[in-house]
Amino acid sequence: MRYAETGFNLEIDLTRGNIEKVATDPRDTELYLGGLGTNTKILWDRVPPEVEPFSPENLLIFGAGLLCGTPATGCNRTIVSTISPQTGLMVFSMMGGFWAPELKYAGYDKVVLRGKSPNLVYLLIHNDKVELRDASHLKGKGSIETAELIKKELNEPKAQIAAIGLAGENRVFYASIEQGRSSASRGGIGAVMGDKGVKAIVVRGTKDLNVAKPEEFIGLCNEVLEYIKVREDNPIPGVMPILAGLGSPQEMKVHDEKWHTENFMWGNSRTRRRDFWNDEIANDWTETMENARTRLISCFNCPMKCGATISMPGLPTYMMKCFTKLTYTMGAFSDLDFGLRIAQKATEYGLDGFSAPQVMAFALELLEDGILTDKDFPEMPADSEGRFYYLLEKIVRREGIGDILADGTYWAAQKIGKGADVYAHNNIKKIEQLPLKLSMLNPIYFLMYSTGEKMNITQIEGQFPQAPFPKREHREKFVEDWIQVPDEKFKQYFLDWEIRGENSMPNYPTVEMTCDIVDWQEKMHYIDDALGQCAGLSSFPLKPPYHIHNYPKFISAGAGIEMDEEKLTQAAKRYRTLLRAFNNRRGMRRSDEKPPEDHWKKRFPELEEKLLDEYYKMKGWNDQGIPTVESLHELGLDYVSKDLLERGILTNSEAASSKEASAEKEKN
Amino acid sequence: MNVEKKTKIIKTINIDVDKCNGCRACEVICSSVHALPKYSSNNPARSRIRIIRDPLRDIYVPVLAGEYTVAECAGRDKYIIDGKEYDECSFCRASCPSREEFKEPDSGLPLKCDMCENEEGGPMCVKWCLAEALVYEEREVEVEEEDGPEELEIGLEALISKYGIQSLVDSVARMTKKS
Repeated sequence: MRYAETGFNLEIDLTRGNIEKVATDPRDTELYLGGLGTNTKILWDRVPPEVEPFSPENLLIFGAGLLCGTPATGCNRTIVSTISPQTGLMVFSMMGGFWAPELKYAGYDKVVLRGKSPNLVYLLIHNDKVELRDASHLKGKGSIETAELIKKELNEPKAQIAAIGLAGENRVFYASIEQGRSSASRGGIGAVMGDKGVKAIVVRGTKDLNVAKPEEFIGLCNEVLEYIKVREDNPIPGVMPILAGLGSPQEMKVHDEKWHTENFMWGNSRTRRRDFWNDEIANDWTETMENARTRLISCFNCPMKCGATISMPGLPTYMMKCFTKLTYTMGAFSDLDFGLRIAQKATEYGLDGFSAPQVMAFALELLEDGILTDKDFPEMPADSEGRFYYLLEKIVRREGIGDILADGTYWAAQKIGKGADVYAHNNIKKIEQLPLKLSMLNPIYFLMYSTGEKMNITQIEGQFPQAPFPKREHREKFVEDWIQVPDEKFKQYFLDWEIRGENSMPNYPTVEMTCDIVDWQEKMHYIDDALGQCAGLSSFPLKPPYHIHNYPKFISAGAGIEMDEEKLTQAAKRYRTLLRAFNNRRGMRRSDEKPPEDHWKKRFPELEEKLLDEYYKMKGWNDQGIPTVESLHELGLDYVSKDLLERGILTNSEAASSKEASAEKEKN
Repeated sequence: MNVEKKTKIIKTINIDVDKCNGCRACEVICSSVHALPKYSSNNPARSRIRIIRDPLRDIYVPVLAGEYTVAECAGRDKYIIDGKEYDECSFCRASCPSREEFKEPDSGLPLKCDMCENEEGGPMCVKWCLAEALVYEEREVEVEEEDGPEELEIGLEALISKYGIQSLVDSVARMTKKS
């Protein structure tokens, strides 16, 4: 019997319309856990590097995390993995909401889509009944609209639906997959879904999901709930309100507009408006938000209220979370009313709320500087808001200039030429980033930005405070109940971290400490992504309820896999390394691992090289950021090194030298 | 007839629909605590509490399973509250032929909330509702209870008026003989 997971995947061949229920190997669960881990294994096994994002051979995997559907609070994430049209690398965008638990209750851990459907279809999963259904009547419909129509036509108000809008259908490189209050937005996975001819995946499940050690498991869940209550009653002093509690940054609950509008960049991530905020704006925007927000809402089995239902007068209701609240507003130099209005349309079209406004601002900057001309924008309105609406329509329809802009700033700049690439300045590995421009290099963030393969800083950072606390007594207070640290040394790192002087950035935390901190932060995110746990209760906030000390217990009691901290750390390292090797196989190298050039004003090239060198070493990667034969061997990934050697990505001399090294080790 | 005052415990879950965040933790823990063995599995489709939920219309109604009823109501109700139109039977607690709620998914057998009478500290759904949409309350009330076999007498009187006392006596005598 399998626990926490169902032990079955659905394999859908869209080309032939073939559907199979496939039993999975429990040994893979032990090695790669689930969710991201097993998604990565499937991609490695079945998608060779020659496969293009829009090839029928590309897979689109919807993986429910290992503990999704169990009573573990906040464990509800669907990890969607495929080859991104934007980066050409593996992308693993995720969504919370209600979809993954429903899939488990229907009796499956993953849905693996391959091939391409000749006509637009939707996939219906209702327990043992699984079928592809015609979706021609849904063509061009909005993502939320589609979900509502399907629920009606099936008379299944409790079905959970992940759908794409027009952007996905037209393969916009930053198209999202929308699921009511949640979306998997980054990396253009919606475009791959559209390319495969799948409008939606509808799930309804009414089966039991088992846990291995019932009393123990519920005991752990109760501890987490108790901790959440205490932690919510005791926000962390000295950090900004959206980060003081648990959950995703509380953008819907807290009025943080002043902070973001004055500290983040406007337009094409260029302009900082330090004196933007005043009483009049405060009144206006507060009123806009209060009137628009009907209710704060949650994902499946989670007490945090990170999302909200938004109803703007005259527009259909939609749901929002996080920072999309301000991305359109700031991209267009407009106000909150505009931002919430255009976001409604963009959500129906199914677009990534980070990339889309940046692409629009980028286009308008090119026009301003004469690289694009009025001819490229026939009949475009003169006002900024009107222009954003105009561009939105062009992009999702791939009309005129919209066809080029639909590929994102990096690829659009390549097509436009004439120096347009300088304007695509806020990318990492070809993906648009948060509009942040700061003064002095932060070594921790440098490494996270450079080496992250999650492509969104909020999905990489966490656990360790973003900045030092000014007073030592304040720091001492902070570390007192810091039970989440994997090692006591992290407390010392933080205690000695000063705003100014010898122990301040960029030289403190030292290279070694920085590597430790980044590795811890990354590890926790990767564990979350395999278990399906939302980062908002785990890897993202300070002092979260889930951590390296209680996770092994959750896995043992939930999935029935004997687990301890070491084994869990090793498993996370295994699929993290496999993911890296997968992307190396697709061409990713050290030269791709850098933050936007203008992210910090003050840079330290020598230090940065050293950081990368040491971090790579710590991770068991060579100086190109490719896992070494030795480190692959330690993780039981010899099949990976064999492949990398055959392809010449790793060379035999490296293999030989690492063999010598391991022989040396054994001697000692 | 003797009239006696007795105390009775009334168990109530106060439901604040405005506080519900729609997370369905109540459904998860309810189905888990009622699983056999306890907590060994969960399945919201077996839960004895359901959230009638339609986020786009801002409708969130936690409903606890009440009595099983063999027949549908003669008519249905539909509420409009603060301009929000609730679906038919949204507030009804019955396990009833007209809808899917409160039936075991496999057997179709009715489910009924037992207020977690075997659990210390009251209903688990309340314990797991950190949004405080569900709040448990116990109160003692004094009820007047009349002594004596009241129900039996009412039944007998009805039979006597229908069949006559002699026919009833004969029937009882015959049945006594048989057993």
